Amino acid sequence: MRFRTATAVAAIAAAGALVLAGCTDSSAPEGDGGDNPTSEQVPYEDGTTMAELADAGSITIGTKFAQPLFGLAGPDGIPQGFDIEIGKIIAGQLGIAPEDIKWVETVSANREPFIESGQVDIVIATYTINDKRKEVVSFAGPYYEAGQDILVPSGNPEGITGPEWFQDNPDKTVCTVSGSTSLANIQEYTTNILEAADYADCLDPIRNGQAVAVTTDNVILAGLADQSDGEFEVVNNPFTAEPYGIGLNHDDTDFRMWINDVLEQSYEDGSWAAAWEATAGKVLDLPTPPAVDRY
Amino acid sequence: MDAVIENFPLLWGGFLRTLALFGIGAVGSLVLGTLVAAMRLSPVAPMRAVATVYTEWLRNTPLTLVLLGFAVVVPNLGLAPRGVDSQTAFFILAAIGLTLYTSPFIAEGIRSGVNAIPVGQAEAARSIGLGFGQTLSEVILPQAIRMVIPPIVNVLIALVKNTSVAGGFFVVELIGASRAAINARGDQVLAILLSVAVFYLAVTIPLGRLQTYVEKRVAVLR
Repeated sequence: MRFRTATAVAAIAAAGALVLAGCTDSSAPEGDGGDNPTSEQVPYEDGTTMAELADAGSITIGTKFAQPLFGLAGPDGIPQGFDIEIGKIIAGQLGIAPEDIKWVETVSANREPFIESGQVDIVIATYTINDKRKEVVSFAGPYYEAGQDILVPSGNPEGITGPEWFQDNPDKTVCTVSGSTSLANIQEYTTNILEAADYADCLDPIRNGQAVAVTTDNVILAGLADQSDGEFEVVNNPFTAEPYGIGLNHDDTDFRMWINDVLEQSYEDGSWAAAWEATAGKVLDLPTPPAVDRY
Repeated sequence: MDAVIENFPLLWGGFLRTLALFGIGAVGSLVLGTLVAAMRLSPVAPMRAVATVYTEWLRNTPLTLVLLGFAVVVPNLGLAPRGVDSQTAFFILAAIGLTLYTSPFIAEGIRSGVNAIPVGQAEAARSIGLGFGQTLSEVILPQAIRMVIPPIVNVLIALVKNTSVAGGFFVVELIGASRAAINARGDQVLAILLSVAVFYLAVTIPLGRLQTYVEKRVAVLR
């Protein structure tokens, strides 16, 4: 009887200690002192992703490592670009410094699997929002609206004005990346399409006459034109709307709405424009930010 | 699985192109490989030298480099096939690249079979007055090839899988088609990749069975 009582007392004491430990406040996010406006001592509701990330002090963001202007990794392996700047704005609101962001390379094939498996918290990687993808992941934003456009040699020797030109000239070949949304869009105008593994691979066929143009989102084309030292130019007649969104877990509505709030605030306080001017703005004009879609 | 069914026409088209690359590559490399083996065995020293250089060079160059040469360097030199549209031109270049890459492996396989033939066969053929070409085609090669069916089929199975490398060079074969399917349905990547593996097995397993059948039929009984 004495033994049982002693055990019971010990158990209650242990339980009490655990309860007290759980009751301590998680440390509130502190300002990171960086360029991005940070939240000051805003307590997030327990259990929300924002609280988890703020507590952990680090966030894992999937982005492109090989996309000029939007996500391009230098020799040190750290990516730079507009998508990265948007990521820094969001992380800043969680009190996470840019150095504490873990950047993971995501390509088209692994964006959804990484989000589903939790390997990344969000994906900001020139990720076009469409209904098919909304069945698997959810999107905050859009934070930028790109459009599909056409890249031609400087001077536009063939006189390509838009995708209808390929309807009138079915014997001329256009190059794009196999399996991309750009391919699906241009297939409505022509079937004479050369499919490459990567956008930069499309430039050689133009140089040796196997194709006359490359088609994909205008931001990717602007990056290619920028790197080509004047050899190529963008026709500048976008014929689709490609809203770039931030991909995250399908069911995390709280986090998604919170990111939408952060984006809208960044439109107003100038940090979105500053992010653009620091990266893609060197080649492209500053656009008006698109309205976020809260669905 | 519904991602596979949805994209089946795409995957099937890629599979047919893989089969076409394999068919052209197999026939071409068997013919070319036999020629190169014959050159390597010939009494004419310059022919032996040419065959040796050809074998060593192509055997030791990675397939990606060979196909890169055909997809980028050859069109840059203006030697791309004319009169056809770009997709067919790149397909032809990839088929040529695969043929040239596989032929030295076939040649070495055949040559190893020839080495296994007792030298008495060649001596006897010579003594009854057969020339080099006749010795090779009537006496040596029929025996040699029958002995090296397994290594030859090995090389052909490797060729089936090597066609996937062409997917990086403007040819939309099975791997290229699967990339399109994955981009459209990112939630079922595993199912799509498994279906691609099944497509490849549908070619390589029958090849293995064919090998067993042919081996039994042409076994050299000593």
